[in-house]
Amino acid sequence: MSVVRIGAGAGFQGDRIAPAVDLAERGELDFLVFECLAERTVALAQQARLADPGAGYDPLLARRMRAVLPACARNGTRIVTNMGAANPCAAAERTCAIARELGLSLRVAAVTGDDVLDRIQGYVLDETGARASALGERLVSANAYIGVPGIVEALDAGADVVICGRASDPALFLAPLVHRFGWAMDDWVRLGRGTLVGHLLECAAQVTGGYFADPGFKDVPDLAHIGFPLAEVAEDGNAIVTKLPGTGGMVTRATCTEQLLYEIHDPARYLQPDVIADFSGVSLEEIGPDRVAVSGASGMAATGQLKVSVGYRDGWRGEGQISYAGANCVARGRLGIAVLRERLADCAALISEDRADLIGLDSILPGPRAGTWEPPEVRLRYAARCADEATAQRVGEEVESLYLCGPAGGGGVTRSVREILAIASTLMPAAEVAVRAEVLEEATAYLR
Amino acid sequence: MKLHEIAHARTGDKGDISNISVIAYRPEDWPLIEREVTAERVATHVGQLDACEVTRFALPQLQALNFVLKGNLRGGVTRSLALDGHGKCIGSVVLEMEIAGEPHGVERR
Repeated sequence: MSVVRIGAGAGFQGDRIAPAVDLAERGELDFLVFECLAERTVALAQQARLADPGAGYDPLLARRMRAVLPACARNGTRIVTNMGAANPCAAAERTCAIARELGLSLRVAAVTGDDVLDRIQGYVLDETGARASALGERLVSANAYIGVPGIVEALDAGADVVICGRASDPALFLAPLVHRFGWAMDDWVRLGRGTLVGHLLECAAQVTGGYFADPGFKDVPDLAHIGFPLAEVAEDGNAIVTKLPGTGGMVTRATCTEQLLYEIHDPARYLQPDVIADFSGVSLEEIGPDRVAVSGASGMAATGQLKVSVGYRDGWRGEGQISYAGANCVARGRLGIAVLRERLADCAALISEDRADLIGLDSILPGPRAGTWEPPEVRLRYAARCADEATAQRVGEEVESLYLCGPAGGGGVTRSVREILAIASTLMPAAEVAVRAEVLEEATAYLR
Repeated sequence: MKLHEIAHARTGDKGDISNISVIAYRPEDWPLIEREVTAERVATHVGQLDACEVTRFALPQLQALNFVLKGNLRGGVTRSLALDGHGKCIGSVVLEMEIAGEPHGVERR
């Protein structure tokens, strides 16, 4: 009971699988957590579920489970994941089926209640300033970022695998700590520290040297075989972040500091469903190779409000790209943009916004850099937000037409059309969100 | 010198908000970074002086700054037409900022 070993098996939906298998096999982990839901992912999953009631969970769920379940079952490592996306129950059933195929006897739990689509209508969205009901038919999904209680309930009930939909990312890690250490839900300091553990691990390789290397300045050993992180967490919530021996990457004060501040605003007030975490007094100390001791986080009472992500259809995006190289390439690229805009003027009423870039010159930031030098090549990129699919299609066609009907020497056209699923957010009183845990496979469960 | 010589950075996003950390490689360079890398200079440097509101938070014990740029992402990655809708590339651009002063000691970094 002195130390809980908890690892990160994924930091985004498409993350690498081999480092998670390595952690499952060699990590001697108590818990392995897979964080796979980006802001928009639940909305996409909800659309998939509308098309097929048995779908709507992470498309990589089966691959991940097949890869890690044998080692996790063998080593007594329990799994927590948000791969349920818009359909945690179907994901849990699928996981049970996979466990049976593998000859494993596992309790799998689904945590539901984050889906608040049926009561979102009256809430005002931050981004639009209007009620969700104003979106009408365009409204796709509404999911609250739930905290630890449902996940803890499932773990308390003996679940080996806990699958939820939208939850706060750090809560996926905090929940096993609350379960194992029996932390009180008003022990703000420990909840704050457990949140920090989750925050540092939730993006997996981003704390072990991923999203970090800058050759000659920040060199990362064996980036190709980067290992995923694990934390050794003490009962007081302080922890050591590390990775498995023999894996690539590194855990240092620098990697941990970058991840500490990643996607947070005020470090003293990191708003979470169960706590307001305070990272302002955190210290990080290198205590050995690839071992960083993390201490000094704190917390205060949660706001009682849960963030809700609202997904809605927001038109169609048409996009096309074409390259120009060599002498006078920037001028030819600019001519291409001017021609595109003139040709698309006849459907201006159906285009609410457009954007033209010369990749290599000004696609990331506008301003003084553009035009100050002549690059060896540029890639014209033109994108437009369109009212319908046909107009979005037309955008790509006009870019492709620059081959024969545009400036000299254009090559390598690509184009795409996709429906825009936008996300807005609002707050909902936590009391309005009814979270529950359902454990499947009781019959084949073993006593732990 | 460029900020890149004495600091590293990471960029993240939530909705229409970017956050960019700027972290000293060496504690000796922290006072220079704290003095020079102001919210206003970051806003100017990314060419968004009018478009977004920049707030700076400091964590002196980690020699780190956290910049929060509200309204920096044209609606955020789910709506934006930008190639880098997350704004992930912006932190490295901030490191190109010219810093008036020299790093501590002869050997840089």
